[in-house]
Amino acid sequence: MRSNSTSVIRSLGQRVFKARESMILVVFILFCVLLGIIAPKFLTVRNITNVVRQFSMITIVAVGMTFVIITGGIDLSVGGIVAFVGVSTAWLLVAEHFPIWLAILVGILLGVLVGFINGLLIVKIGLPPFIATLGMMQVSRGLVLALTKGYPIQPFPQNFLNIGQGALWFIPIPILIMLGVVVIAHIFLSKTTVGRYIYYVGSNPVAANLSGINVKRVLFTVYILAGLTSGVAAVILIARLSSAQSSMALGWELDAIAAVVIGGASLSGGEGSIFGTLIGAAMMGVIRNALILLHVSVYWQNVVIGLVIIAAVTIDRLRQQRQVG
Amino acid sequence: MEDTILRMKSINKMFPGVQALDEVSFEVRRGEVHAILGENGAGKSTLMKILSGAYRRDGGEIELNGQPVEIYNPGHAQSLGIAMIYQEFNLAPHLSVENNIFIGREPRTGLFALVDQRKIHEQSQKLINQLGIELDVTRRINTLNVCQQQITEIAKALSMKSHVMIMDEPTSALSESEVKTLFMVIRHLKKEGIGIIYISHNLGEVFEIADRITILRDGRKIDTRVVGEITPDQAVQKMVGRNIKDMYAKHEVPLGDVVLKVSGLNRGKMLENVSFELRSGEVLGIAGLLGSGRTELIRAVFGADRKDRGTVEVAAYRQEINRIQDAIRGGIGLVPEDRIEEGLFLGMPVRSNISAASIRDVSSHWFLNGKKERALAARYVERLEIKIAGLEQLVLNLSGGNQQKAVLAKWLARSPQILLLDDPTRGIDVGAKQAIYRLIGELAATGVGIVFVSSELPEILGISDRILVMAGGRIKGQLSKAEATQEKIMSLATISDFPCAGESQEHSGRKQIDEIQ
Repeated sequence: MRSNSTSVIRSLGQRVFKARESMILVVFILFCVLLGIIAPKFLTVRNITNVVRQFSMITIVAVGMTFVIITGGIDLSVGGIVAFVGVSTAWLLVAEHFPIWLAILVGILLGVLVGFINGLLIVKIGLPPFIATLGMMQVSRGLVLALTKGYPIQPFPQNFLNIGQGALWFIPIPILIMLGVVVIAHIFLSKTTVGRYIYYVGSNPVAANLSGINVKRVLFTVYILAGLTSGVAAVILIARLSSAQSSMALGWELDAIAAVVIGGASLSGGEGSIFGTLIGAAMMGVIRNALILLHVSVYWQNVVIGLVIIAAVTIDRLRQQRQVG
Repeated sequence: MEDTILRMKSINKMFPGVQALDEVSFEVRRGEVHAILGENGAGKSTLMKILSGAYRRDGGEIELNGQPVEIYNPGHAQSLGIAMIYQEFNLAPHLSVENNIFIGREPRTGLFALVDQRKIHEQSQKLINQLGIELDVTRRINTLNVCQQQITEIAKALSMKSHVMIMDEPTSALSESEVKTLFMVIRHLKKEGIGIIYISHNLGEVFEIADRITILRDGRKIDTRVVGEITPDQAVQKMVGRNIKDMYAKHEVPLGDVVLKVSGLNRGKMLENVSFELRSGEVLGIAGLLGSGRTELIRAVFGADRKDRGTVEVAAYRQEINRIQDAIRGGIGLVPEDRIEEGLFLGMPVRSNISAASIRDVSSHWFLNGKKERALAARYVERLEIKIAGLEQLVLNLSGGNQQKAVLAKWLARSPQILLLDDPTRGIDVGAKQAIYRLIGELAATGVGIVFVSSELPEILGISDRILVMAGGRIKGQLSKAEATQEKIMSLATISDFPCAGESQEHSGRKQIDEIQ
């Protein structure tokens, strides 16, 4: 028999080890400390504010992606939605002279609409999420090109630009919006019934159905939410860039997926959290920043990011195997 | 020459939470049919999977023709001369019998090493004749009946110079006359000196064809006997491990009103005109072979599959049951056939597995109440004596019995009026089985109506107040507790028009998702 105290320590250790978010958090903090020592410029308020503002939009998109990935799905259209909503909102502002609030509302609703179409294709027609959203990615990118003909849309009213460039009590507004989205999404996912259904559906859709959970409705919901968060990110993005361009948010779907996966979600569904996704996005943001501060060539940045993704998922795999065995 | 072809010594196999095989020894002689008997979960299929290379053993030795061997994978097993005759055939449906027999090993001829079709034809015909069968080897597989396909599999195994053939429930899809044909083939194989491992739940067949019988229970070898030395009843007793009658909690519950009324249910060819009533406090057993429509019936009653015609009515609920949500609101719970695929959220904690069907009850408005949820889960963990380290333990790490209890707890948490149990004791240990029988008794005593589907006749006989026997999607007969015997059930379940084609009764997860309303 083991003594009581060792078994308590063991179980505590196991619990910490199991809580994957805390693992990622520890790695993240260690990384930040290390970086602060190597490149003291990293830990200045100015630099950190910049970094957070940079990854705030990806984080918002990744929040929507988190819901989708927990159900075991994938949404490749989020980057396309960001561009589509960005261009549409800009066009409403510049060409149609919509009031700012209305342009934003209609823009975001267009994002929701694309999410709804994704849901329709996946739930009603039964297309695999990969295919349905791949198609919608192309459709939305194509629409963007058709709408802009490749020209940027600008200029925007100053009040609108504040959304991307302004600050409240020295905190940039994009960061505030990101925090708001993260907090609401976290409460939604961990404290509400629908949030729980998302986990059930991802863990085992057949069992969820036989337990009386409306699986189709849940799937619909997550794709709509991914459209919604992409729409929100799009508004911030164009306000930050001061213009809407057809090449906006290229590859964001992959960054968002990477953030979710680094954050501990499993692509086979049933696992993941908003907190993890936040850390995952932060991790990628900080690594990009580190490479700049350390004067690493831009060309090498993607190599490093790619390796980090592979490392994160590998560690997670090993951890899971230990849990089962 | 060594008389024993295959010797398995002290084989051990662990799965997370369960010792699947515990020091099991087993041997097969040349020209012998050696049957393995045991309940589901006794370790038969694990033992065979080790032999055929699908699993690696944790301990013990395997000797083939006196030589110790390691079996790395199914292909390796085949090259060692161990052939598995699968229930679901590995045949290419569009190729001929002869080309299936030599698939992947076609003899070559000439300068360009072209396939020697003439040689294939001659050798195939010879093999088929060797089995004492008339069959045109140029026919395509999809024009053959199940029995002929099985014979093709056997011929294929024979052509690979197999010494040992494993037949797992080979007759489950065969008609009576086809079984006779198969047995004739088996007798030919014996003459060729091939050792046959024969797994079947059908004791009648086992006692007809087998030379020796080995009985497994809970992963242990209980006994090996020559067929003449043991009666079927003794064999059953060894399989179950005790006097069967003691296992089932006695419950004499006065039956109440009708709580469930099923009328004229039809679904494709799987269900034809099924009607029955269930009373409060009643345990209604449904017996039938795999593919008899018993699972389809349960699923249709629960609203999980759409029905073509017929109605399902529940006393406590005004509307007809057409969707799962109706069924649940009407107080019905379903413990599905396959708990891993259909019942559990493996990667989630025990707590959320138990609360899965009661989320609304443990939340106010849109928000979950964690305290209520934990209290609910804790209550049913205690009630069902689920052995766990804590409510947050992942269901994945529980034993089969405790997993099944978690599925039951999910429904008990809703205080159902009707419970549909589809083979609830499949693959769980005897202790957990008894706990489930006891629970069924207790629930019936409180007025719950229970539909109990099982493949194990002793269990169904022991626990049911009334038994419906299904075959080919129809109810073939009804037996009261007093008149029911294994023989009567079997004769109803295997009635002659049981389809020989062996309809598929698979529910792949994918398909079910497609059918979710």
